[in-house]
Order: sequence, then structure tokens, then C-alpha cells
Amino acid sequence: MLTSVSEFIDNWGAEIWVSFLDTLIMVGISLTISVIIGLPLGVLLTLTGPGKALENRVIYQALNAIINILRSIPFIILLFFILPFTKFVVGTTIGVKGVIVPLVVFTAPYIARLMESSLLEVNRGIIEAYEAMGIKTRHIIWHVLIREARPSIVLGLTIATIGLIGATAMAGLVGAGGLGDLAYRYGHLRYQADIMYVTVIILIILVQAVQTIGNRVSAKLKKD
Amino acid sequence: MIEFKNITKVFKDNKRDVKALNDVSLKVEEGSIYGVIGYSGAGKSTLVRMANLLEKPTTGQVLFEGKDLTKLSSGKLNEVRRQMGMIFQSFNLLKTGTVYENIALPLKLTGVPSKEIKQRVHKYIEIVGLQDKLKAYPAQLSGGQKQRVAIARALAHEPKVLLCDEATSALDPDTTESILKLLSKINKELGITILLITHEMNVVQKICHEVAVMEMGEVIEQGSVIDVFSKPQTQTAQRFIQSLFNDAIPGDLLKKLKGTGKIASLSFIGESAGDPALAMVTKKFDVFPSILGGNITDLKERPFGRLIVHLDGSDEEAQKAIDFLKDSGVIVENYEKGNLTDAN
Repeated sequence: MLTSVSEFIDNWGAEIWVSFLDTLIMVGISLTISVIIGLPLGVLLTLTGPGKALENRVIYQALNAIINILRSIPFIILLFFILPFTKFVVGTTIGVKGVIVPLVVFTAPYIARLMESSLLEVNRGIIEAYEAMGIKTRHIIWHVLIREARPSIVLGLTIATIGLIGATAMAGLVGAGGLGDLAYRYGHLRYQADIMYVTVIILIILVQAVQTIGNRVSAKLKKD
Repeated sequence: MIEFKNITKVFKDNKRDVKALNDVSLKVEEGSIYGVIGYSGAGKSTLVRMANLLEKPTTGQVLFEGKDLTKLSSGKLNEVRRQMGMIFQSFNLLKTGTVYENIALPLKLTGVPSKEIKQRVHKYIEIVGLQDKLKAYPAQLSGGQKQRVAIARALAHEPKVLLCDEATSALDPDTTESILKLLSKINKELGITILLITHEMNVVQKICHEVAVMEMGEVIEQGSVIDVFSKPQTQTAQRFIQSLFNDAIPGDLLKKLKGTGKIASLSFIGESAGDPALAMVTKKFDVFPSILGGNITDLKERPFGRLIVHLDGSDEEAQKAIDFLKDSGVIVENYEKGNLTDAN
């Protein structure tokens, strides 16, 4: 038993480690870009909605439609559907670089929605109190709206991150590597069940860790 | 200081127009405490939110120190708003910030230098008496303490006016009392003009100098608190007065007594509250007054007393007694199921 474990690590350890890092890199980069795009979109959705501070039907309805359309397409289809767009943006459709674009297109609208629902939870009265104190709208957005929504935003981002980890598993289809790719190529195509089990266990641990950290950070930010 | 001129506000609700305010005009003098009282739906909340243009009037003008706020750019409006503090029924503090942060953050965002922020936070938290709570979060405070923090936050901008939107409505009677004392002290010691709205008569009674009674989007009575509440012209104002005394006579008893004479409500204000007018009645006329209920309270630091009296005797003698009481400065009204009508 022990020898077979050490043998397994000798044979596969390096490959699993590289795949693990690939997954982290893909999740990290796409999450960062998705937040940079999704958070402002969520703010825009919140502020331009009916009865809100910067009510604007055109912007709100257009954003709503675009987000709904992008969110209707399953990732595996999106990955191929937007190949020309991916090529246009990063010059390639394969590898980690090629998969970041579809991952962002998949995740940013999701984050925008999650942010919208977090921001809508913020008590309207507190925003009004700051308006009454003569504070500029952009300061209110950052120092009141986003600040008060932080615990909920963190939980939303946790959900988005876990969804993203799942989506990266399909990145192997365009040769981007990662744990999902490893499990698919060796575990499924070559019938090496032990690789499959190990990657699944690693993914379970990863998701558990992300959720636990998310819950802890959110609880720490929450003061009531 | 603040003047509303012919304000009308129409809300569009499902293509139906709802008139929240109808041609409202009133003037808040510098240094006074002006109360607007009314039942819910009377439009008073819309009115107070118009003082700093959180709500924009459909027609009419809002003047602050002579400037028409409806004509200002948003930058200029923000400058004016900083001179008007506001507190709310639901306190509206940052849940994620400590008491210190709650007071300091708005100062920082309005460009107050950081050294001065520290001084101001300490100065105003001391005025509201919560020095030892600077590190606490709102969730750890009671309702009254939260309102004190909100007051400190408003005062820290060193405003000329404090707007109170049902500031004591979520508080228990004892806490309400202490917040009212604090508001009164702020008005006296810092010279801050206060415009408050409420549905509680005791708020007006305890601290206001001037009052406006609102109903259905209109101001139906306004003037000094003593004038409006010693001679209420409308039923709504009477009902608010009634809420102070809580001296309703049971219906059965009322019916029985009506058969043997008049029932009158006698109100005494200020100096006349000390005269033995009622005692004179028994000597001068052929009536036997018996007191059914009575109370004395403060109307802005002047005694305001009311007796419900049964005048046992002929209608003629009772009427003479009533005329005599009126001549001695007592306000006499007929008492009917808690409603008062002019006694002639």
C-alpha cells in the first residue's frame, strides 16, 4: 500500500501539481478580470434600475438583456461559440490564454448579477442619509453601497469562484490544461481511475477551502 | 431660515396621480423648533424630505436662507445640504462601521482635514453622551444610543438646521424623553434650528415652539404651539390634544349625565390655571359642578390643564356659568364622546 502511494506520487505528483497550478492560474486571472468587469456592471444595474438614483431605462434594459443572453449559454457551447471573438481579443484560441476569454465572458455577467443582488440588499435609508449630508454619488457608491454590501459581495464571489473552478475543467478541450483536463485525459480516455479519483478529491478539497474561506471572511466583515 | 412656498408634490403611481402635498406654505424661523404633526399619510415625511431636496417639489419653491434650492446645481445643492443635518426614524448608520467611523467617514468625504475630524468626533460624541462607545458597532447599541450616534453624525458637520424625520417614533417612551431633551439642549446651546415631523403629540408638546398640523397633504392649522392647541380649529388638532389627556369618559356614563345638565371641557393655560374660577361658579349660579376627569400637563413649559365637568342644573344656569367661565379666561367647549364643539 505505502509503496503504491509513493509510487503514484513519483509517477504522477509532478503532473498533478502542474495541473493544480494551471487551474489556480486560470481561476485567478479570469476571476480578477471578471470582477473588474462585473462589479461596475452590477453597480450600474443597481443604480439605473427602476426608481433608483440614476434611473435609465435604456441602459438598464440593454444590460439586462446582454447579461441574460450570455448567461443562457452553457460554458461548453460558449467556449466554441465565441472562438472568433477569442481569436480577435488575444490572438489565439488555445492554451491558458485562449481559455481566459470565454471564462471571463462566462463569469463576468454572473458576477454582475450576484453583485446586483448584494447591492440591492443595502438599506436605502443609509444611502439617503449620505445624500442628505451632501456627499457625492461616486463617494456614496464606494464608501456606502459597496462597503455595506461587502459581506454579501464576498459570499457572491465565493459562489462565482466555485462556478469558475467547474468551468475550468472544460478548458482541456482547447488544450489549456488544469485538473479537469487531467482527469478527462488520463482518467476517462485512458481508463486510469486512480488519476480520476485523486483529481476529484483535490477539486473537492479546493471547493471546500474556497467556501470556508469565503464564509469566514464574510462573517468577519459582517458586524451585526 | 427655511421657507416652503406653495409646494405641491404629485407622485405618479401606475399612471394614477397621487397628490402628496397640496399648496403647502410654511416658514421656519431661525432658532426655533418647528414641529409638523399629522397621522401617517398626511404628507409630513414628504415635506421634511423636501427641506433638503431629497424629494423634489412638483411645483413651488424651497428657500433656505433666501436661496431657492430647486434652482441650484447638484454641486451647490450638496454644499447647502452640509449645512442641514438630518436624522431618521431608522437611524441609518453604517452597519459595518464603528461609532467613530460612522461619524468620521462623512466628514472625511466632505473634505474636513483629518486632525479636525478627530476633534469633532470627540466633541460631538460627548454632547450626545456616548464617549465610551466609540469602538462599538451599531448592532451592539440600543435604539436610543443609535439615534444619539446619528445625532452626533449630523452635528459633526456643524449644521445650521437639524431635520428630524420621525426621529423618536421607533423608541420607547423613556428613550423618546431623553432624545427630546437632547434635541432641546442642541437647540438652546448650539443655536441650531430644528424642523421635525412626528405623529406623537407629546413630541410637539415637550419641545416645539411652532407647530403645523397636516392632513391629506395640506397644512390645516399652524401657529405657536399654545395658540394651536389651546384653540384647536379642526377635529384632527382636537384629536391630538385629546391624546395628551387620555380623559375619555365612558359612553354609558356620559349618556346618563347628559340628562341632568351640560358636560363641558374647561381648559386653562398658563397664568389662568391658578385661578379658582370653577369654585366661584357654585357661589354665583345655581349649578353643581362635579369633576369627571382632569389633567394638567406642560405645553412648552407653560401649564396646560383641562377638566371635564358635569354642570348639574338647568340649561339656562349652566349656560350662565359657562359664560362666566369664558369671561374669566377659561376655554370652554362642549364635550361629546371625546370630541369638542364650541360651547354657546
